[in-house]
Amino acid sequence: MRTWKLAWPVAQPGAVASVQAAVTSTTSQPQARARTSRPSAPPAVAVQRVDKAFKLPHQQYHTLKERALHPFRKDAYDVLQAVDDVTFEVAEGEFFGIVGRNGSGKSTLLKCLAGIYDVDAGDLHVNGRLSPFIELGVGFNMDLTARDNVMINAIMLGLTRQQARERFDDIIAFAGLEEFLDLKLKNYSSGMTVRLAFSVAIQVDAEVLLIDEVLAVGDAAFQQKCFSEFHRLKDEGRTIIFVTHDMAAVERFCDRAMLLEKGKMVELGEPSSIARRYNELNFRRAIPRHGSEAGEERFGDRAAEIVATWFEDPEGQQIGEMGHGGVCDVCFEAVFHEAVENPVFGFALRNVTGTAVFGSTTDLEHGPTGAFAAGERAVVRMRLTNWLIAGTYTVTPSIARPGLGADAIDLRPDVAELIVYGWFPTGGITNLPHQFEVERG
Amino acid sequence: MSVAAPHRHYGPSAFGDDLRRFWSLTITLSMTEFKLRYFGSVLGYAWSLVRPLLFFGVLYVFFTKALKLGQGVPHYPVYLLGSIVLWTFFVEATSGCVQCLLAREGLLRKMRFPRLVIPLSVALTALFNLGMNFIAVLVFALATGVEPRWSWLQLVPLIALLATLAVGVGMLLSALYVRFRDIQPIWDVAQQILFYGSPIIYVAATYDDAKQGLEPVAVTLNPIATLLTQIGHAFVDGSYPTAATAAGSGARLLIPLAFILGTFALGLWVFNREAPRIAERL
Repeated sequence: MRTWKLAWPVAQPGAVASVQAAVTSTTSQPQARARTSRPSAPPAVAVQRVDKAFKLPHQQYHTLKERALHPFRKDAYDVLQAVDDVTFEVAEGEFFGIVGRNGSGKSTLLKCLAGIYDVDAGDLHVNGRLSPFIELGVGFNMDLTARDNVMINAIMLGLTRQQARERFDDIIAFAGLEEFLDLKLKNYSSGMTVRLAFSVAIQVDAEVLLIDEVLAVGDAAFQQKCFSEFHRLKDEGRTIIFVTHDMAAVERFCDRAMLLEKGKMVELGEPSSIARRYNELNFRRAIPRHGSEAGEERFGDRAAEIVATWFEDPEGQQIGEMGHGGVCDVCFEAVFHEAVENPVFGFALRNVTGTAVFGSTTDLEHGPTGAFAAGERAVVRMRLTNWLIAGTYTVTPSIARPGLGADAIDLRPDVAELIVYGWFPTGGITNLPHQFEVERG
Repeated sequence: MSVAAPHRHYGPSAFGDDLRRFWSLTITLSMTEFKLRYFGSVLGYAWSLVRPLLFFGVLYVFFTKALKLGQGVPHYPVYLLGSIVLWTFFVEATSGCVQCLLAREGLLRKMRFPRLVIPLSVALTALFNLGMNFIAVLVFALATGVEPRWSWLQLVPLIALLATLAVGVGMLLSALYVRFRDIQPIWDVAQQILFYGSPIIYVAATYDDAKQGLEPVAVTLNPIATLLTQIGHAFVDGSYPTAATAAGSGARLLIPLAFILGTFALGLWVFNREAPRIAERL
């Protein structure tokens, strides 16, 4: 902790104010976002009908003896088409997002772009020098000092020895590690190592930057600094290709984005529509689960049963995801097996960490619900304006006997999911409607 | 910065598209390796001398005192030490290459750089070491009364040929190891055969008339034997047979020469062919 404070003023525990300032300064960026691409300029990156497949042998023959013993046996293998006929262009100065689920081929595509994998078919052109941020600090040697590592890494990334020497001071200054130059890297904290690696990569002065979720590492302040740096580079006219599955980041930073699924390009367009499409693909299963599942935890005496739970938009369409700030109905359908007087219907919403973010019942908001006879059905809707920040939420519907709500008839925890997208960094779990007013005097 | 040609083969390759960067990287990697070896330990450079010197000591005592092998051979200890140091270089360069690509997997899978840099930097590190060790050989030679001669200059092309052979074998082994993991034991065995098939503990054409029949064959077919024989003649003592004498005729020396260049060409061809796919096959 001590070294952190010395070397990284922004990350100091006491410096929350400055972190917040950094956050707000970049949130104003989307408005200022401008297409810098000039139609006449050649694209910074052109990918044409690129294919890349991997052979996945069922049994790997790694030794000559095995080959000698079975010379005629055909190697059995599966072909994994990691990238399948992908075509796109990235204009100079564009912040381009590549999104997709795990195994969609986005990392393979990135490695093809980075020149690490050879493509099977198609053409791939990169105009200018390219700096891959695929993993930070590749080739760092823990037994060497920061000074040596910076030189080696810079040369590995494409600088000449002369250039590396010239930029050395800038690299160290950006990382804020002037005092630890001659410390061996094994004595660095992981945060310091990442900062050093990032500084080297950013100083390589590439025209095209490939970023593969490196920002998952490091603390919030560091991520903020990274993104600010990417924005600065973009303003300088550099091209940035950003691979992620964080839709919030895509909407926040990218000019355009591309969605990959099973190696194929599904859609290319505005970040917001790509984010929606991605959520559809990714959370299709989130659209209501009917009936009871084996192993489901369920509470209550079952005088009535919750048979379906889902989310609806105001038009009555079932939805699995929605934008922040929109209106939706949380719904369930119940079947009564016995007559129940004034049952209390309720919902609770929880986020991925299991924290209850909201809950309400008819007892609190609606009042007595009346008598239900055996065999009767009922649909319960709770309309709400969604002030929750982007994330995945689960709903727990409940029916209880009147009273404190402890006498459950049926309660099914986390039985349906809702994805909320849209980026409003508030530092909390909600973005409440709010206005500022500043009065002088 | 660098102006890339808009239309070119883009994937990874053996040489990349910038030869300056290629050399700069090779030198950087081998310097790092060299640095790590000597600066990580207390005795540093001394350690790299200990192994060949100890080996030399054992062989020297055993063969000169027990077997009386070097009797009548002028400056036999100098020849023994020199050939051990050269052999150490060859082993270090080639064996080091076998697993070098696997050892640098992280680099290969995450960065774009000329693939050949890796085996070449291993060979270059071995060459640095040879340079350091050869200082010890020189000191020993002068101390035991070997006269400096102009023929010492022959060492430059001879060691260059040995390095060419080592790099050729290194490229071949490193590229093949990615596909076939039993290159490692195969090369271990091959090395043993080469060691005894080369005039390292013995001096070609001097100690046994009965071997006369076999010797020209060895010197002709084993390029290491050819090189060591000529180095003995040029560096240690003029009374040693030249490679031409030992092989039987000067024309026969074309065979080891062709072998060295052929190995280099084969190694280069195989490595170049494998280079684009090394990252995904590891």
